Amino acid sequence: MGDAVRRRIEWLIEKSLLLSAIVGTLIVMLIAVFTFLEGFPFLAKYGITSFITGKVWDPAYGEFGILSMIIGTFYVTIGALIIGVPIAVACAIFLAEMAPQPLARLFRPIIELLAGIPTVVYGFFGLIVIVGFIKSHFDVPGFSILAASIMLAIMILPTVINISEDAIRAVPKQYKEGSLALGATHWQTIRYVILPGARSGLISAIFLGMGRAIGETMAVIMVAGNTALIPTSMLDPVRTLTINIALEMGYAYGDHSSSLFATGIVLFVLIICLNALVTRLKRRVTE
Amino acid sequence: MKMQRRSLRIEETLVKAFIYFSVICVVFALFNILWHILSHGVGLITWEFISSYPRDMGRAGGILPSIVGTACLVALAVAVAAPIGILTATYLAEYAGKSGVMRAVRFSIDTLAGVPSIVFGLFGFAFLVIFCGFRWSILSGGLTLAFMILPVIVRTSEEAIKSVPYEYRECSLALGATKWQTVARVVLPAAAPGIVTGIILGIGRSVGETAAIMLTAGSSLGLPTSIMDPVRSLSLHLYILVSEGVSFEMGYATASVLIILIFCVNLITNLLVRYMITKRMGAGAH
Repeated sequence: MGDAVRRRIEWLIEKSLLLSAIVGTLIVMLIAVFTFLEGFPFLAKYGITSFITGKVWDPAYGEFGILSMIIGTFYVTIGALIIGVPIAVACAIFLAEMAPQPLARLFRPIIELLAGIPTVVYGFFGLIVIVGFIKSHFDVPGFSILAASIMLAIMILPTVINISEDAIRAVPKQYKEGSLALGATHWQTIRYVILPGARSGLISAIFLGMGRAIGETMAVIMVAGNTALIPTSMLDPVRTLTINIALEMGYAYGDHSSSLFATGIVLFVLIICLNALVTRLKRRVTE
Repeated sequence: MKMQRRSLRIEETLVKAFIYFSVICVVFALFNILWHILSHGVGLITWEFISSYPRDMGRAGGILPSIVGTACLVALAVAVAAPIGILTATYLAEYAGKSGVMRAVRFSIDTLAGVPSIVFGLFGFAFLVIFCGFRWSILSGGLTLAFMILPVIVRTSEEAIKSVPYEYRECSLALGATKWQTVARVVLPAAAPGIVTGIILGIGRSVGETAAIMLTAGSSLGLPTSIMDPVRSLSLHLYILVSEGVSFEMGYATASVLIILIFCVNLITNLLVRYMITKRMGAGAH
């Protein structure tokens, strides 16, 4: 085979690989285009501000305000982070710094399994055990921000643990050795040297956990109560943005359907922003 | 000084206690979930449950159509996502430098990994079900799943390809092989276990996925006869059983089937990873 032909083939292969690599980009663009195409005319007609700051959601009467769901998503996510992040970071420290080999080898599959359990199964468990627990202890129906936060806290654990552990492990060994050589205890070293060194990785971990919590649907839908009202306490039911779509898409048409796509736009934009933040953090680490 | 040291010691003890407490929490959470579901559900899994049609909207009978439906959806998703994912990973790991194209591709893959499953569902509904006219079908659901698991396969495969020792490539190139020959005959075979791991992770994700399927695959209780038929996946079946209060018992049994499936997926992945590590260490020894 001639050299020129061979070079031709190589060139062709490289370009076709590039083509398949672009498929991912294409899908992201298609998602953006289609959600915007369906949702944007509605937003233009109804007004973005009245959509986002409207307090009443009543599609049958032409009221499409998602403020209660934005607040609901916010509370549930913050709740999940408050419960989940300390536990996850502690587990990451355990895995990266403290656990002897055999113990870590036992612990890791547990985290993997936690990551693999289908979200509906979590929801089912939450519905019976967590909601039941809250119901019997606080004298309320139990479907609440608290239940959803606990559920999500468990679900974001694997994400936050894995990325935090990587971040902690990526801190150069010399830093640790230097600190120990100066007479610092192991905990002092972790606190003043390792954790600050792993800071941007830890922050990425939290953001990614946050993204997961914001985007979660099936587990939350079964425990949150789904009322489209602004909650006033942790034990009040909420509806998140994702729930809104999943719950009503089945029978929506016309403006109602478009308003759900508009809800999707809000979610999509939120996630893109979070993702851009994480990418920027990552770049800062590598540079 | 003494005071300081004592407070330090107290702090250390507290922190250590919190760390152990956290670890125990995680272990407890997992075992609590598994125990709760399996103890209520495993006893209900019989051959009849697995091999018969649901009766009375799922209150009785079995889950055969859902098992078949899930299998079809997952098979289609993997058949579409695996080739694209592996080729993308190959491009990212072997061909793309630090170009703008690569940055765009990586950003898309990261975004795709973060997009909420319900947004995939919306997209699948607007694009596949309505725009392409695929209706609620295995085709729509499977393609939506394929888009979802693409990032999983890309990332895992890319890691696997990157971890193939550099000497392999140098040897092959030194023997006069072209770049593609090196990639196709040396690098990819060496990375195969890692790539398979990625595919299995993708399978695990699509087995458990619900929100995206709900809006694209329909919820028919019949056995599908073609790729254009609607199906109800196991996870969606579980959701409907529980959320509509059809039958908690059947819910437990279905959830147990799902957990057992995921358990198998994780087991296979772990075995593969272990095989990979021993093989790599073996390769390093001589």
